[in-house]
Amino acid sequence: MEAGMVTPAPALVRFSGIQKTYDGEHLVVKNLDLDIRKGEFITLLGPSGSGKTTTLMMLAGFEVPTHGEIYLAERPIKNMPPHKRDIGMVFQNYALFPHLTIAENIAFPLSVRKTSKAEAQERVKSALRMIKMEALAHRRPGQLSGGQQQRVALARALVFNPQLVLMDEPLGALDKRLREQMQLEIKQLHERMGITVVYVTHDQSEALTMSDRIAVFNDGIVQQIDRPDALYEHPVNSFVAHFIGENNVLAGTVETVNKDYCRVALTGGGAVTARAINVSGPGASTSLSVRPERIAIVTDGSSSDGANRLPAKVQNTIYLGDHALAVLDVAGNAEFMVKLQPGAHHDLTHGESVFISFRPDDCLALDPV
Amino acid sequence: MTDGLLTSASAPPGVPLKRRLRRAERARQLKALALVAPLLVFLLFTFAGPIAGMLWRAVDDREVRQVLPQTIAALADWDGKDLPDEKAYAALASDVLAARAAGTIAIAAKRLNYALNGFRTILTSTARNLKAAPEPGTAKETLGKINPAWRERATWTTIKDASGPITGFYLLAALDLTRNADGAIVAALPDQAIYRQVFTRTFIISLSVTLLCLILGFPVAYLLATLPPERSNLLMIFVLLPFWTSLLVRTCAWIVLLQSKGVVNDSLRWLGIIDEPLRLIYNRFGVCVATTHVLLPFMILPLYSSMKAISPAYLRAAASLGAPPLTAFLRIYLPQTLPGIGAGSLLVFILALGYYITPALVGGAADQMISYFIALYTTETANWGLASALGAVLLLATILLALVYGKLVQGQQVTGGMKN
Repeated sequence: MEAGMVTPAPALVRFSGIQKTYDGEHLVVKNLDLDIRKGEFITLLGPSGSGKTTTLMMLAGFEVPTHGEIYLAERPIKNMPPHKRDIGMVFQNYALFPHLTIAENIAFPLSVRKTSKAEAQERVKSALRMIKMEALAHRRPGQLSGGQQQRVALARALVFNPQLVLMDEPLGALDKRLREQMQLEIKQLHERMGITVVYVTHDQSEALTMSDRIAVFNDGIVQQIDRPDALYEHPVNSFVAHFIGENNVLAGTVETVNKDYCRVALTGGGAVTARAINVSGPGASTSLSVRPERIAIVTDGSSSDGANRLPAKVQNTIYLGDHALAVLDVAGNAEFMVKLQPGAHHDLTHGESVFISFRPDDCLALDPV
Repeated sequence: MTDGLLTSASAPPGVPLKRRLRRAERARQLKALALVAPLLVFLLFTFAGPIAGMLWRAVDDREVRQVLPQTIAALADWDGKDLPDEKAYAALASDVLAARAAGTIAIAAKRLNYALNGFRTILTSTARNLKAAPEPGTAKETLGKINPAWRERATWTTIKDASGPITGFYLLAALDLTRNADGAIVAALPDQAIYRQVFTRTFIISLSVTLLCLILGFPVAYLLATLPPERSNLLMIFVLLPFWTSLLVRTCAWIVLLQSKGVVNDSLRWLGIIDEPLRLIYNRFGVCVATTHVLLPFMILPLYSSMKAISPAYLRAAASLGAPPLTAFLRIYLPQTLPGIGAGSLLVFILALGYYITPALVGGAADQMISYFIALYTTETANWGLASALGAVLLLATILLALVYGKLVQGQQVTGGMKN
């Protein structure tokens, strides 16, 4: 999936055959190979325990890989202590030093680098200006709100112009509205300053909003690395399809494969045509993935345009403001979601029999769940 | 919201909101007061009362007044420049006769002897040899004959100084000061001036013990705060173990260990490191070692609680920002443990200041701290005034230290309470 990307910039970070275990029995990170390009915003996305935070900690230098090597700007850094790596880091709980003022916090990385006083002062000033907090320079972290503390943590991680900035779920402690605002601010900072950012989160919408590329982690393995739209449109397996965005799953068995498409007999009855993405051949069991917004509800069961048609029973509808969801029972899946356009199909009633229609191109045959 | 508006709208008009709030809170405050009342009463009787009594005894001076009331009255307008007049001698003779009959001569003699060595003999010899009240006009001569000391001004100024009802005599003595015959404050005689030295010694030993506790306790507290819970719990039990053993047993254990034929000396000799046994006990070394051992938990626990509140993320953040481990420790970790260092040091220092048993058991004559002298004066010589004065000086020094500490941490408070 690396092929066909935008102009590949030189790799700033290279994980090569990285393995990590804490207990000597169970690998938290299994054979990780990952290139991070200069100037890109890459997100490590996955559920908790998937190895994404461990990967970040190995890059920051707080964990040592059990096997493999990490290169930063072509130099192996596996055994380099964290303070020599020149990597800025933003922590989940900000980790602002409580006994120092905001200005002193931001000046800290400069003063340990023995930057001249005048220059440090100038850079702290411009960093404060960047986060629009000049007036609060002499407050202490405890006197600031969560969002303000997060901005200070950002400024502190950027003020010494590190070659790489790591962010470990930095917005996890903020409320939804503030989180969305900060996502945009961080994105703008990245674009304006041209820094390389490695961002860890378990929130897929955050990852989709901010990233140039997303590495989806599960079970210590990178399942897929791609642009946000590609991950959504072309997931390589059921995990990615399920983790990114809303998704309906139908279980079935492959009957025939014809080039890019296959015919799948559903376990709950009926058959559909799907794109063969991750199926081994006829006879193999498979999970079909269909996005809720790619499905239409129709009253007519006969297909004329080659689209798949399946009978469905209405369970209920959920009103969500900008859109509504219909929950249907389709081929044994009682939680099959269909996104409804505003104003459409408000007359669906519980137990009503309808048909759903979706194109073969919107139905992906993936590995069985 | 709506409820609140309704209540305030329906409340009787004219009653200010503040009054209504106070009325509403009163029941809760009374309940809180009732809960603390038993402890408050207990403290009043067992803590505040005795301390007030002790402070009072440090200045109380009514013994001579009770035994020699006429003399004191006669000396009231005496200017102290020459010998007092005949009236005072007659009053003294009458007082002595009365006191002899009542058997209270010794009380006054003891008190006056503190101020002027030998006064006990003067008074008892006078009481013994004064057969009857002298003829009017001959009291001065009679008393002068019985004991020539009555012809000296110093004898009479001593009585006048001790006339009470309150005195600075004991407090001055506790600071190695005294009043001379003219009433001016001067340094005490060298053989009586020991307390400044004892106070200095007490402070030096307490300071050494505090430093030792800090040096030994800091790494342990760090380990306690950073180890995984199951192992730190085990370590915590070892830290608290001394609390489960009697103080006396622990101190005696040090005697067993450190004496010249003790475990430490025997081991060193067996290893061939030394030929002659080292003197490890009944000196300053023994006092410091044993007291440090006893007081160590009081340092470790406050340090531990302040370190426990420091997230490991701070050190990681410091490292990621480019600080080498030592810089991160000195600039990020250490400043955040300051409240704990302050609290632990103050606790240990104040406890060490008043330490009695351990120095008394494992210290030599030159290592006795102020508490030893306080105990000596209360139990052996019954000089309650001096014991109380020494206690008062110690209390004052301790309070001053606590105030200084309070001022120091006030600046830290802003950060101390603001952990994110």
